[in-house]
Amino acid sequence: MDRLDHTALGQTVHHCVLPNGLAVYVDVRPSYSKKFAFFATRYGGMDLRFRGEDGEWTDTPAGVAHFLEHKSFDTRDGNALQRMAANGVDPNAFTSASMTGYYFDGLEGFEENLRTLLSFVSVPWFTPESVDKEQGIIAQEIRMCEDDPNDEAYYGLLEAMYAHHPVRNRVAGTVESISHITADTLYQCHRAFYRPGNMVLCAAGDIDPRRVAEIAQEVLTQERSSATPADHGQPERPQVRERLVRKTMAVSMPLFALGFKGTPAQRGEGLRQRLLAELVCDVLFSPSAPLYSRLYEQGLLNSSFGSFYSSGPGCAYLVAEGESRDPERVRDEVLKEAARLGSEGIDPALWERLKKAAYGAMVRHLNSMEDTCIELAEAHFDGEDYLSFPQVFQSIERGHGEALLREWCAEERAALSIIAPER
Amino acid sequence: MEQHWKRLADGVELAVTRTDKFKTGLLAATLTIPLSEDTATAGALIPEVLYRGTRNHPDMEKLSAATDGLYGASLSAGVRQRGESQCVSVLCSFIDDRYALDGSAVLEPAAALMGEVLLDPVLQDGAFRRDYVESEGANLADRIQARVNDKRSWAVFRLIQEMCAGERYAVDKLGSAEQARAMSPEKLWAAYQALLPAAKVTFYYGGSAEPERAEDAVRRSFAPLLTGRTAPVDCRVAAKPKGPVRTAADAMDVTQGKLAMGFRTGGIAVGSAEHPALLVCNTLYGGSANSKLFLNVREKMSLCYYASSMLDKIKGLMVVSSGVEFAQFDRAQEAILAQLEAVRRGEFTKDELTAAVRTTANSLRGRGDSQAQLEDDQLTRLLFHTAREGEELIGAVESVTADQVVEAAQKLELDTVYRLTGKEG
Repeated sequence: MDRLDHTALGQTVHHCVLPNGLAVYVDVRPSYSKKFAFFATRYGGMDLRFRGEDGEWTDTPAGVAHFLEHKSFDTRDGNALQRMAANGVDPNAFTSASMTGYYFDGLEGFEENLRTLLSFVSVPWFTPESVDKEQGIIAQEIRMCEDDPNDEAYYGLLEAMYAHHPVRNRVAGTVESISHITADTLYQCHRAFYRPGNMVLCAAGDIDPRRVAEIAQEVLTQERSSATPADHGQPERPQVRERLVRKTMAVSMPLFALGFKGTPAQRGEGLRQRLLAELVCDVLFSPSAPLYSRLYEQGLLNSSFGSFYSSGPGCAYLVAEGESRDPERVRDEVLKEAARLGSEGIDPALWERLKKAAYGAMVRHLNSMEDTCIELAEAHFDGEDYLSFPQVFQSIERGHGEALLREWCAEERAALSIIAPER
Repeated sequence: MEQHWKRLADGVELAVTRTDKFKTGLLAATLTIPLSEDTATAGALIPEVLYRGTRNHPDMEKLSAATDGLYGASLSAGVRQRGESQCVSVLCSFIDDRYALDGSAVLEPAAALMGEVLLDPVLQDGAFRRDYVESEGANLADRIQARVNDKRSWAVFRLIQEMCAGERYAVDKLGSAEQARAMSPEKLWAAYQALLPAAKVTFYYGGSAEPERAEDAVRRSFAPLLTGRTAPVDCRVAAKPKGPVRTAADAMDVTQGKLAMGFRTGGIAVGSAEHPALLVCNTLYGGSANSKLFLNVREKMSLCYYASSMLDKIKGLMVVSSGVEFAQFDRAQEAILAQLEAVRRGEFTKDELTAAVRTTANSLRGRGDSQAQLEDDQLTRLLFHTAREGEELIGAVESVTADQVVEAAQKLELDTVYRLTGKEG
């Protein structure tokens, strides 16, 4: 395995690609009690159309990736969740728009649990009965999310920003879309996306990196594979589909999600664009920047406010979300400030301070093995090295931030999704 | 990882976890007083107002600029509940000196900034700034009213209100929305002046610096808190005699029902000999993915989307929280209670017990990998010196027997059942 020493960060990561195509990363941390493993496929809620091994393009209903995540724990010999829990660890999984990840952390039996993780994720076992039953469970989960005003505001925003990009689908799908999912659908998607060449294994803790690679080699198929081609449709126009969407729910105060539709990054530029876009979020929305304090002091925002950058193949956007008595005014003020910064420029002292703060926040983030492994995996899928962030920071200049503000934070690229109280 | 403890003055203590495993240091200063309807709102509002500005950094923009300059140190202020006490804290997590790009120390300036926030607020006419009190009062009131947005935690919150009505425990640590909106700068200032000398003061530092360096930074930055302390604070919780099982329900516009059930632990709490057994009992019953509630009520019977149990080890409570279809309320409740009966009768296998012991011990051991959890545990330890911790508690958990689990389960008494139903249901 290659050993990558990120001395400035005090991190050592071992890396290799197995003959079957699986990428392996091990973040060695001698002083930690827990050991963590994360096994992920580049397959999420937005991957609805793909080309299988037979070369044919296939369309699937929304929610299959998430459905698969639920059913992956089933094995011919019972449920892997219980087997691992009996072994002292609590495995879990998540599905995002662009990734499905399975993970566990535990203190003992790491190798055995790693084998179980690799095995239950890579060996499918679905029966029509268990799929039927899961439909009920997932339908309840979908309904629960539909009761969550934050989720509703966010998906309302994605639907407003994107005309056809599949990121506008709920990761879990809808009660209707999942009703079309059968055991065959699951087998077909598993075959397409759960092959080593489309996956990554990241582990962290006081572990021997060679053993991680050896175990993966023993448990997984030897057959060589590569990344699965997925189709996310024609490139989107830069403009949003709808500038304002509104819905009422049982909330005490209006909730909003304000989004700016960005330009997807070129391959290999993802980390750089992310750091830059996050800095632009800070310039607009950080408490140490002028706009946020002003809106807070005017009572237009409260401490529930936050902002982030998100991206995937064919999409990239900024989101600011929170509660406000007057979300439309918040949007107008943000647009005005973005225009001012785009033309007058960003205060150089503010920019340097925010960069220092962003670097420190990422260093702090490394405390978490979970977060570090997920970051390593995401960066891997984008063909990048997450721990190169100190160097990438150095290459980012104020002018880049101003250019991004001018390009993305314009009226035709802004959408506002409001959840208003009933009555 | 070395653990140090020191009394700095009467009613003032410092705990230090020295370790270089993290990228960061964490410093916390906490003022603890009994929860009470009269002071809870002020207790919750004070940290919010303090966090708005100090004499040197009088507004949020300047205060944030100061934390940005400390490599994006994460400074926070807020309240926590510990049993029947309200803990007002200022915390700061900052990168370890090793990672500072210019090689300068971060611990001392971070401590100084925290001291400023806690003890040297920006003033107006001899009290807190009126605009800060008003806007934070409104924000706090909004936050209290926004509790209802998350139905899962709302159901548990409502359960506790019903179950512990009349006990300090049920006093909302955030206070009341009405009082928050009506708070005047003078009243809040008086509450702050009363809090400073009366509270129990605890400090925590976790990180790579020597304990002496941490103590020095604390003494320097929080000097006014180290003298003139008044009577010591009693953090013990009150016991409540058993009564008949009560029920409560609310109807709201939701598509999924919530069922929350509260149990008293029959006096088993953080200092008692049976505490380790109760921890294992909870894991076995509803505290893990291998628990009876998860396996039977959720997976096998498909009665709940989620069903889990959790303990308040200080108050001596167990709460079962579940999400159910409206039509399934009765069946779910029966099933949840039936699983507890099974534990009481000792109907669990040796493997189930072993798994529960390991899950419990591992989750305790794993807390050492998180600086925030170390701080949280040390706060409990500083307030309740009888609490076992670390390897001592883990050892006790690992020797828990099936009989002890049964005994702990038999002490659990159902107190109150709460249902959140739909409007049409």
